[in-house]
Amino acid sequence: MRLNKIILSFVSALVILFSTSVASFAKVVGDKIILGAAISLTGKYSSNGVHTQNGYNMAVDRINSMGGVKVGGKTYKFDIIYYDDESNPKRAAQLAERLISQDGVEFMLGPYSSGLTKAIAPVTEKYGVPMVEANGASRSLFTKGYKYLFAVLAPANLYLDVAIDLAVEKNNGKPVTVAMAFEQDAFSQDVRLGVLDAIERTGSKKVIDDKLPKELNDMAATLVKVKQMKPDVLVVSGHTKGALTAIRQIAEMKVDVPMLAMTHCDAAKLSKQHGKNSQYALCASQWHKTLTYKDNFFKDGMTYAADFEKEFGYDPPYQSAESSAALLVFKDAFERANSFDQKKVRDALAATNMQTFYGNIKFAPGGQNVDKPMVLFQVMCDDSGKCENKVVAPTKWASAKLIHPVPKWSER
Amino acid sequence: MDFMVFQYPMITVQACLDGVLLGILFALIAYGMALQWGVMNIINIAQGDLVILGGYIAYFMYLYGIHPAWGVIVAPVIMYFLGVLIYKLVINKVVDRDLFISILATFGISILFMQLMNFAFGADVVLANSDYGTTMLFNNNVVLPNSKLFSAFISILFAICLVIYMKKSKLGRAIRATAQNARAAKILGVDTEKVYAATFGINAALCGVAGALISITFTIHPYMGLPYTIRSFMIVIVAGLGNLPGVAMSGMGLGVFEEFADYILGTEFRIGSVFLLLVLILVYRRFKLSRKREYLK
Repeated sequence: MRLNKIILSFVSALVILFSTSVASFAKVVGDKIILGAAISLTGKYSSNGVHTQNGYNMAVDRINSMGGVKVGGKTYKFDIIYYDDESNPKRAAQLAERLISQDGVEFMLGPYSSGLTKAIAPVTEKYGVPMVEANGASRSLFTKGYKYLFAVLAPANLYLDVAIDLAVEKNNGKPVTVAMAFEQDAFSQDVRLGVLDAIERTGSKKVIDDKLPKELNDMAATLVKVKQMKPDVLVVSGHTKGALTAIRQIAEMKVDVPMLAMTHCDAAKLSKQHGKNSQYALCASQWHKTLTYKDNFFKDGMTYAADFEKEFGYDPPYQSAESSAALLVFKDAFERANSFDQKKVRDALAATNMQTFYGNIKFAPGGQNVDKPMVLFQVMCDDSGKCENKVVAPTKWASAKLIHPVPKWSER
Repeated sequence: MDFMVFQYPMITVQACLDGVLLGILFALIAYGMALQWGVMNIINIAQGDLVILGGYIAYFMYLYGIHPAWGVIVAPVIMYFLGVLIYKLVINKVVDRDLFISILATFGISILFMQLMNFAFGADVVLANSDYGTTMLFNNNVVLPNSKLFSAFISILFAICLVIYMKKSKLGRAIRATAQNARAAKILGVDTEKVYAATFGINAALCGVAGALISITFTIHPYMGLPYTIRSFMIVIVAGLGNLPGVAMSGMGLGVFEEFADYILGTEFRIGSVFLLLVLILVYRRFKLSRKREYLK
C-alpha cells in the first residue's frame, strides 16, 4: 500500500515536471527566442559536436549581452534547447521531431556532419521550420529543393578544387596529373566530385582514384602506387583519420609528391600530432582566424579566436566559427522579418546578404552559401619544430607564400 | 580491376612484405582468440575492443612523455588484470552455456567498451609516434617503416614466449588439459575456474600488446575494434583451434591477401574481400565435410 503511494507520488511529480517544462518550451516565451538543436555530444562525432555546441553558445552569450534581438520594438534573447543525438542519424531525426512537435520549437540550428543534417532536413522541411545549419556541406543537401534549409558554409564540392587550380597555376597553366584517395562517405565523395570537375576543367589527368574504407587506418597500398606513378598532386579526404593516416604513412614511406592537399587537418590537429612531418601539407578550410572579414559582434577572426580561447581554452576550429555565424544569421533574419512568423523568417533568411567575421553570407536557392570561398592553408614549421597554419590561397587572403613544390624527403 | 601490382615487380615485393608484416600482427590477436575459443568455447566479440584499449594505454604513455614502445610491456600487464576482472564479472556466468549466449555477452561487452572509451578518451583519432624511421630496400624501391618491423618482431617474440609457457609451465599444462577435456581435468585436480580466468587474462594481455603495436604503426579510435575481431575470427576459422603454426600461416596469408585485394580490386574492397574469403572458406569446409560423410556412409 505504502509502496503504491510512493509510486503514485513519484509519477505525479514526473507528470507535473513534464507539464511545466513543456509549457516553458514554446518558441518565443516572454523575452526569449528558443531555438532547438540536436548535437552529437556522445558517439563518434562527439568532439566536433562539442566544437559546434561551443560555437553556438559563444554566439548566444555574445548576442544576448550586446542587446539581443529586436523584433516589433521589443528586445528578445536567444536560448537553445540541446539534445544529444549520439552521432546517430535515426536518433537525430527523432529528436528533431520531438523538438518540433513536443517542445514546440519553431526555429532550428543544424547538427554536426552532413549525414545527420541529411537526416534532420526532411523533418524540418515537413513542419516548415527554418533551419540554419553550419556543419553539413554535402552537395546533395542543396539539390533536393529544400525551402527551409540554409547553410552558412560552402558546399563540399568546393573544398579541394582550388588545390587543382593552384597546381595548374604553379605548372605555368599546363595540366597536371592527380592522384586521389577518398573515403566512401557522402562528404568525401562530394569533395571528390569537385576535384573531378576541376580536373576536367583544367584538362588534367587522374592517375589514381582510390576509395578508402570507413575503417581506414592503412593506406600503404595507395601510397606505393603514388610512388610509382609520381603524380603532381595527391588529394586525400577521409575525415580526421584520413588526414592522420596519410601524414604518418607519407613520412614513413618517404613519398615525394610536389603537392599534398587534404581536408580536416584542423580537426586532426595535424601539426600537434605529427610535428614537422605534417609540414607543407595543404589543407582546405571553411575559415581561418587570419581572414579579415568583420562584423559588429565578434569584430574579426583574430578577436573571435582570442575570445573563444579565453572561454573554452583552445583555439577555435572552423566548426566552431561557422556555428557562431549561424546565430548571427538568425538574428539578422529575425530583425529584417520583424516577426516570428516562420514563413516571413524563412523569406528573410533567403534574402540574407551580410558579412560576418566568418565570411560573407548569401544563400543560393538551394540553401548553400555562395558568397564565401574556401581557403587553403599550408602547414609551415620553423626550425624549432613549432608549426603553424598559414593561409596561402586564394591570393586575396594569403598571409604567406605557397611553398611549391614540396621539398623531397631526402632534402629535409 | 587494376593489375599494376604485377606489372612492377617491386610493387609485388612491397605488397608481399606489407602483407606479411601486417599478418603477423593479426596472427597475434587471432592466437589469443583461438586460445580462448579452444579452452573456454567462447568466441570473444570484444576482442577488437580489447586491442583498441591496449592501444590507448600506449597512447597515454606517449602523451606523458614515455616512449610508446614501453606500452608493449605495460599494456599486457594492465590488460591481464582487466581480463581476469571481466571474467569474474561476466564471463564465468556464461562459460558453460551455449555458444550463442557467450557471443551475446561479449557483444554486450564490446558495445560497453566502445562507449566507455569514447566517453573517457574522446572520439578523436589518435596515434603514438615512435620516430623509428624507415628501412629502404632494393635501391629505395621498397620501403618498410621500422615501426612495422618492430611490431612484427615483438609479435613473434610474444608468440614464442607463449608457446614455451604453454609447454613448460604448470598453468600452461593445466590450460592445455582443460582445453582437451575440462571435466577430466577437473577430476584430476585442475582448478578449471582459475584456468578459465587465466586464459581470459592471457588473451586480454595479447590484445594489449597488439593494441600498443597498432597505436605505433597505425591509428586508434574507440570504434575501430570490429575489423580486428573479424580478422582474428577469420584466421581462427581457417587455421582451426589449437594450431599455432596454422594461425601464424593463415594470419600472414590473410595479410598478403588483403594487400593484393587492395591493389587489384581497389582499397574499397579490402575489408569486403576478407568477408568474401570467410564465406568461401566456410562453404568449402562444409563441402569437404559432406564428402567425408558420404564416404563414411
